Amino acid sequence: MYTIALVGNPNSGKTTLFNALTGSNQHVGNWPGVTVERKEGKFRFKDQFYKVVDLPGTYSLGAFSEDEIIARDFILKGDPDLVINVVDATNIERNLYLTTQLLEMGVKVIVALNMMDEAEQRKISFDLANLSVKLGAPIVPVVASRRKGIEQLLETAVSSIEKQLDYKVFISYGRELDGKIARIEKVLAQKEVGYPSHWLAIKLLEGDEYVLDLVSESDLSPRELELLSFSRQNGAYELELVDKRYEFINQITGSTVFRPQKPVQIKTDKIDKIVTHKYLGLPIFGLIMLGMFQLTFVLGEDLLGDSVADAIGIFGEYAEALLLNLNAPAWLGSFVANGVIGGVGAVVEFVPLIVILYMLMGVLEDSGYMARAAYVMDNVMRSLGLQGKTFIPMIVGFGCNVPGIMATRTLESKKDRMIAILINPFMSCGAKLPIYLVFIAAFFPNNGGLVLFLVYSLGILIALLMGKIFGETLFPGEVSHFIMELPPYRKPTLRNVVRNMWDNVSGFLTRAGTTIFAVVSSLWVLAVLPGGVQPYGPESFLGRIGLLIAPIFRPAGFGNWQAAVGLFSGIAAKEAVVATLGMVYAGVEEGAELVAAIKAAFTPLTAASFMIMTLLYTPCAATIATIRKETRSNVWALFTALYTFLIGWVMAVLVYQVGSFLGFA
Amino acid sequence: MDHLPLIKLGPGESGRVKRIAAGAHATKKLYEMGFNTGALVQVLKNDRGPLIVSLAGNKIALGRGLADRVIILKS
Ligand SMILES: Nc1nc2c(ncn2[C@@H]2O[C@H](COP(=O)(O)OP(=O)(O)OP(=O)(O)O)[C@@H](O)[C@H]2O)c(=O)[nH]1
Ligand SMILES: [Mg+2]
Repeated sequence: MYTIALVGNPNSGKTTLFNALTGSNQHVGNWPGVTVERKEGKFRFKDQFYKVVDLPGTYSLGAFSEDEIIARDFILKGDPDLVINVVDATNIERNLYLTTQLLEMGVKVIVALNMMDEAEQRKISFDLANLSVKLGAPIVPVVASRRKGIEQLLETAVSSIEKQLDYKVFISYGRELDGKIARIEKVLAQKEVGYPSHWLAIKLLEGDEYVLDLVSESDLSPRELELLSFSRQNGAYELELVDKRYEFINQITGSTVFRPQKPVQIKTDKIDKIVTHKYLGLPIFGLIMLGMFQLTFVLGEDLLGDSVADAIGIFGEYAEALLLNLNAPAWLGSFVANGVIGGVGAVVEFVPLIVILYMLMGVLEDSGYMARAAYVMDNVMRSLGLQGKTFIPMIVGFGCNVPGIMATRTLESKKDRMIAILINPFMSCGAKLPIYLVFIAAFFPNNGGLVLFLVYSLGILIALLMGKIFGETLFPGEVSHFIMELPPYRKPTLRNVVRNMWDNVSGFLTRAGTTIFAVVSSLWVLAVLPGGVQPYGPESFLGRIGLLIAPIFRPAGFGNWQAAVGLFSGIAAKEAVVATLGMVYAGVEEGAELVAAIKAAFTPLTAASFMIMTLLYTPCAATIATIRKETRSNVWALFTALYTFLIGWVMAVLVYQVGSFLGFA
Repeated sequence: MDHLPLIKLGPGESGRVKRIAAGAHATKKLYEMGFNTGALVQVLKNDRGPLIVSLAGNKIALGRGLADRVIILKS
């Protein structure tokens, strides 16, 4: 099967094209750095299957960050039969820089000139036939988001794969450099390194580490080595080489790309005047977040109301009746009523709110605001020793910490990356939402949006503070530079918003049916054993385990064994906290509402300290595993598990103690 | 015609990149992102926080530290 790689600058539409080609549902968003790992898919064209690989975006082959390295490694070592270079038509000159590198490397390239709709809006026009000849690669105009031009693209792709590639040298780097390149090329010509020697020579002049290593591995005579080591010191030429490539690009686009004399005013500029304003920028960011949470409550609760909760209730009654009819044993009835309905049901009940929140986050992601959020946060981050781009993985973490931590791959500085990984768990993920929602329903039903906003903000605050502390202790170093493209605002498409929501919600539902179900089932067994004691009581196995842990939380005000067990099970997955509470409380009194039980067991103050504990304490197992994978270290994974617990505990105790002192108890 | 760092340019002003005097990595990255010698840059915003500049019709935010190292031939 032929392999086709999608390569291009960040945010040029590679994943959109990938989804259009393969029918997959990979994450698309309007900011640079959405895709940070390799994704594979398949499509069929004229009775032939082709493998397609979606890659992270990159500006060049000289990779700086982890995601760029993934893209470069696949281009260099993955041996694709064809590269579809996705080029943003509105930004063609800069995008062609990577194209020239690909062509020089000697891979088969066709250009998918994407975003043609936006180019048209900006009155940019092209003489594609001419440009294609000058560039030496076929160019197909497409609008990936509307699946326009895909057929033509596939035709071209397939015919290119079958054609023989004729490698030609097309960029002249000026007399002096061309001479140097030719000399190095001659030395390399006899070696079997697997790449065109012309390209290797250029890369050596550029001081490219990867190629230097590659060439050093082949056996060279001392004289040859000398000739190459001369190139090793020639990082000095790298900027000149870049300039020459751009000169070439300007020369070929000069007569084939036509921009209007006066750039067409787009609404992006007007919006940016407001949202990046020096004083208004931050408050607007805060308002957007607050608005998101308020809207979640308005839409999720008032509109959808208790529809899912009612459905679960009806399902519960039906199941119970059925079991009675079948003369099922009593324990099975109790398991279904308390374990499944009380526990797993307590989590699933919140699906409407979670759907709404993820849809709103999807709108934010697909609009182009993410990059602006990083922009306005740069000032704040800078005062803490970090840079604005570090904020993007944090926002991603609001959905789920696993992709949040993966998103740190886009950070070039090791310091930024490590800190961003370690603080990501404080960004409250969607799985913690049911916990807050239960406590909000019990104690703060009229201020749900505000309470959520405060919880999430506290998470950001603690993350930033810890970032500062880590920067001054574990990872000292200079504050890194901020460079970020601000993409034009785009109207979020329903497809993207729903896809991104479903990504998260389906994960949520799957976990409810697997991890949560398993956790609740095993805890249920512990809660009803040993025989003879009061089930769900302190004498049960579960109760005894809980009582063992509970004293740790007494200073925080929630020293009851149920809370202790809930927190403990939350390390498997955060939804398990609510599921466990639902199960143990549902069993105490037949049909007791979880919310009512919580009302009885907590006070507003202990509810607050418990919510803060769940916000901050040890992240779920999947997150810890991701930290381990991304840092390639057990130590950092363990460190995160422990220090977050400590921070959570300290904050919960602080809130409870200060609150009691002030008389809120 | 005078040379000055990008950070000295006010909103609406523009010029061409003369050279970049930042660290090796940052310099290369900027060059490859289109801040190569002779590229036309227009400042859109320069008050507090990173600058926003327009480069071949696209918008790039650039930290103040970096903007101080990008030397421009003002037009
Ligand atoms: N107007 C328009 N928007 C498009 C087109 N193709 C993609 N987009 C939008 O461009 C944005 C970026 O698309 P992605 O597919 O995530 O881009 P990517 O190249 O995979 O980005 P990274 O993974 O970050 O490198 C999304 O908001 C898309 O909806 C197009 O042809 N026209
Ligand atoms: Mg992508």
